[in-house]
Amino acid sequence: MRRETAFSAPPAPLPAPGKPGLLLYAREAAPFVITAVLLFVVAPNILSDFRLNLLAKFLCYAILAIGIDLMWGYTGMLSLGQAVWFGLGGYAMAMYLKLHASGESIPDFMNWSGLESLPWFWEPFRYAWFAIPAAMVLPGLLGFVLGYLVFRSRVKGAYFSIVTQALALILSIFFVGQQQYTGGTNGLTNYTELFGMNLADTSTQHTLYYITVGVLLAVFLVATWITRSPFGRLMVAIRDDEERVRFAGYNVGFMKALVFGVSAAMAGLAGALFVPQVGIISPANLGIVPSIEFVLLVAVGGRGTITGAVLGAVLVSWARSYLSETYPDTWQYFYGALFVGAVVLFPAGVVGFYRRVAGEVTSRVSRLRAGAPAPVAGMEMDARVGNAD
Amino acid sequence: MDLFLQQLFNGFSLGSILLLVALGLAFSFGLMNVINMAHGEMIMVGAYSAYVAQNWFDDLFGAAGLGYYFIFALLLAFVVAGAMGMLLERTLIQRLYGRPLDTLLATWGVSLVLQQGARSVFGAPNVQVTSPPWLTGGIDVMGDFTMPYIRLFIIGLVALCILGVYLYLTRTSAGRRTRAVMQNREVAGALGVVTPKVDMFTFGLASGLAGVAGCALALIGPIGPSLGTYYIVDAFLVVITGGIGQIVGTVLAALSVGWLNAILEYQTSASLAKVIVFALVIAFLQWRPAGMVARRNAR
Repeated sequence: MRRETAFSAPPAPLPAPGKPGLLLYAREAAPFVITAVLLFVVAPNILSDFRLNLLAKFLCYAILAIGIDLMWGYTGMLSLGQAVWFGLGGYAMAMYLKLHASGESIPDFMNWSGLESLPWFWEPFRYAWFAIPAAMVLPGLLGFVLGYLVFRSRVKGAYFSIVTQALALILSIFFVGQQQYTGGTNGLTNYTELFGMNLADTSTQHTLYYITVGVLLAVFLVATWITRSPFGRLMVAIRDDEERVRFAGYNVGFMKALVFGVSAAMAGLAGALFVPQVGIISPANLGIVPSIEFVLLVAVGGRGTITGAVLGAVLVSWARSYLSETYPDTWQYFYGALFVGAVVLFPAGVVGFYRRVAGEVTSRVSRLRAGAPAPVAGMEMDARVGNAD
Repeated sequence: MDLFLQQLFNGFSLGSILLLVALGLAFSFGLMNVINMAHGEMIMVGAYSAYVAQNWFDDLFGAAGLGYYFIFALLLAFVVAGAMGMLLERTLIQRLYGRPLDTLLATWGVSLVLQQGARSVFGAPNVQVTSPPWLTGGIDVMGDFTMPYIRLFIIGLVALCILGVYLYLTRTSAGRRTRAVMQNREVAGALGVVTPKVDMFTFGLASGLAGVAGCALALIGPIGPSLGTYYIVDAFLVVITGGIGQIVGTVLAALSVGWLNAILEYQTSASLAKVIVFALVIAFLQWRPAGMVARRNAR
């Protein structure tokens, strides 16, 4: 039947009933440990400086993808404006870097647009202690307020997506239009240093890479903690049947706004890490196109699993850069096909696909071991595989 | 004052194009709960149809063909965009019913492919059509305020399309079936309406209307592969503001948004106007979450 549901794909991972054994703990921690080892130890040793910088960029996307996953995969709200928060975080960081690069004078583009003095809202961004927290807090707060207004009037599902998409469109137009304050189409670029480290140095880029990995792992843990908490259960409940949660006495609008705010803050954080490594932020980073591409990261990786979000972010970003390098003229065909394929063929994403295959294998093995069809044992194994997040 | 009236008139004509786009979206969104991001590319297809028609007529009849190509272009745009819409519905959308957010992602992929297709066929730079000689000039109303024939023609065209859709929905048996499915899909199906067929034709009609809108846009601006993306989001906002599946609401909302944009652009700047309109839409949804015209039947 054509009920309006966010999606019908993978069930949320719930802790297995009973006491989890040591094996289960090891299994749950495995993706985290493997990711940490790969990123901290293996990648810096085998990748060239250029590729490592590219990977750092992908990992910024992964931080943002975790936020999208919390919001979309777990709570069922699809925001098509996530680049707005990413961009705001990026701009906050860029304003600090730009002011630092300009020294005593006002930034160059302001001169060109005929501004005499620094606008008041640029003033606090002189200080890192303001700019860096602001890169997270500002998007988070704005996201929460906007979310609260929207969810209070029970705008949900596709309507919410379209409202957020309009936000992305409008903000990018606005940033282009307010050239004297934002640098217009060119955005903010030409930074020199961050905390006394020259941004052009390889060693600085290495440091930033390690910081990005550290932040990613921290966000990974926070997200896992949120989804395992009672609040995380409520998020899934909201996704599956919002009305029921409302009737149970919870303030659904507030909770959804909170999740939206958290994911906006994660996107802002990703943006702040992105800017010093890439060296530029412009309105092209906060429009509709990047917003939808961010959603694809999670769709490919697998909604409703944190590992999936990270995996999808790295895979899709890598595929995108590979395709656009190898087929500069026609890569959009492949990219478009990826969108269609991810939705039609693999609605549960890479992780969902893996789980299905792994689940089938384990249940077959256990059936073979028992010598007869053993549905109960098979189901138990399935549940456990589904749990290995 | 003259300038203000001019802005108002331009807002009206832009609103009417927005209406044509939004009407198609209202169908696919209201009837099938499908968010068709490729709808914007149907506009693009319609605009390129005008370009192709112009070139054909130029080859066949020379300069004399320039007077008549546009009538043919309108038909071509409707048929080509409509056929593409039906194909899209059969091959892709049909598999995704009941998953509105997934249709959004998949149709975005389709729109990427279509844009790249246009780039491969017609090249990345914008192209232009020459408007027919009988559409040059305008009526001088007062002072600097003129009503260009092109804009008047577009408004007339949109009015004709709305009338056509209205008559189709209220006076034909196919339209009655469409309304039945819109109101209650299960019961309509149980009473013998072949709902997949209705879906396909409605989707085709919606895409065809977008094609006509694209054809009209070709008259007033350059044609490029990403033409559709400029209009699609505004059109979605119109659909939401108007109320889902409500034609009257969509008409009201399209005109209001068009006018508001024009007035605010006159008062402030183009970029600020967009921001204010968006804020107003959000504020309006606080007040009337279901849109200007709320759906009456319970679902």
